[in-house]
Amino acid sequence: MEIKVVKQILQWNEDVSRNVAALLKKKKVCLINVMGSPGAGKTSLITAIIAALRDKYRIGVIEGDIAGSIDAQKIEALGIPVVQLNTDGACHIEAMSIEHILPMFDLDSLDVIFVENIGNLVCPAEFNIGEDIRIAMLSVPEGDDKAEKYPLMFATSDCVVINKYDARDFFDFDDGRVERNVLDLNPKASVIRLSSRTGEGLDGFLGWLTPGIDRKIK
Amino acid sequence: MHELAIVEGILDAALPEAKRHGASKILEIRLKIGELSGVIPECIEEYFSIAAAGTMAEGARIRVERIPVAIRCNGCGYEGETGKKRIRCPKCGGADFRLVSGREYYVDSLEVE
Repeated sequence: MEIKVVKQILQWNEDVSRNVAALLKKKKVCLINVMGSPGAGKTSLITAIIAALRDKYRIGVIEGDIAGSIDAQKIEALGIPVVQLNTDGACHIEAMSIEHILPMFDLDSLDVIFVENIGNLVCPAEFNIGEDIRIAMLSVPEGDDKAEKYPLMFATSDCVVINKYDARDFFDFDDGRVERNVLDLNPKASVIRLSSRTGEGLDGFLGWLTPGIDRKIK
Repeated sequence: MHELAIVEGILDAALPEAKRHGASKILEIRLKIGELSGVIPECIEEYFSIAAAGTMAEGARIRVERIPVAIRCNGCGYEGETGKKRIRCPKCGGADFRLVSGREYYVDSLEVE
């Protein structure tokens, strides 16, 4: 006998991510999902954003890591509210984890929460977490073929940041190829080249980011 | 990888349905997975055999049908398939579209006894 089922395999994640989005809409908090490989520079970018925007917005951070709290300590040292989320081996953050963590923040006194996802180009892309903005990071040393190899992440992000752009002369990296591949998959995406270390390109990125935050919190 | 979470999701979808229909054994689970999804069918099968042990889905076959990428073009109204490497309206070449399929994965149907 055949039974028709038609059920989303990750339906529970979709349901919870909608709850998270609804809560944050009410609280006027903008949730930003930062994804990318280990070492792409997610923490450095978040740190650079905090330095540039902390007078303009009240910022919180959720640091996702498989183990440890090195990144959370870096954020805490800046005096920014941070919650460490250890996934104990899981390769991605699920909406349910975000739902559990949000009550640990005073949402009435925050404008923006950055979620640093687990370093991985595959799995985080499959799990919505109720975010308003999705940022995919790729760094120059990783190579220029990543958007072709991991299409879902680049097809579903609002912005693709090419980080460590100051190191481009040392690597055989064709940033035009990355941009073409991303736009082939996702023509509405913004592709932004920057270096969190030197600050090159950061103003352009902030110019892209802040209108999205402003739309959410007003 | 997140295949274990997916396999648990498959069982969560399949077992209650099979029970509701009075089935005693699930013979086959048919999945539909979008072309953009990073899910690897072989990994699902591997994890499934572990996760399904001791349930009525033990030993069930997993059959995967890939769903092509499809769009609805906001420019010319075209609705249908497009390439998975370069997503554009095949009719007018437009880049203003809504993705209507290619990301999904869901349990479509079960074969039970």
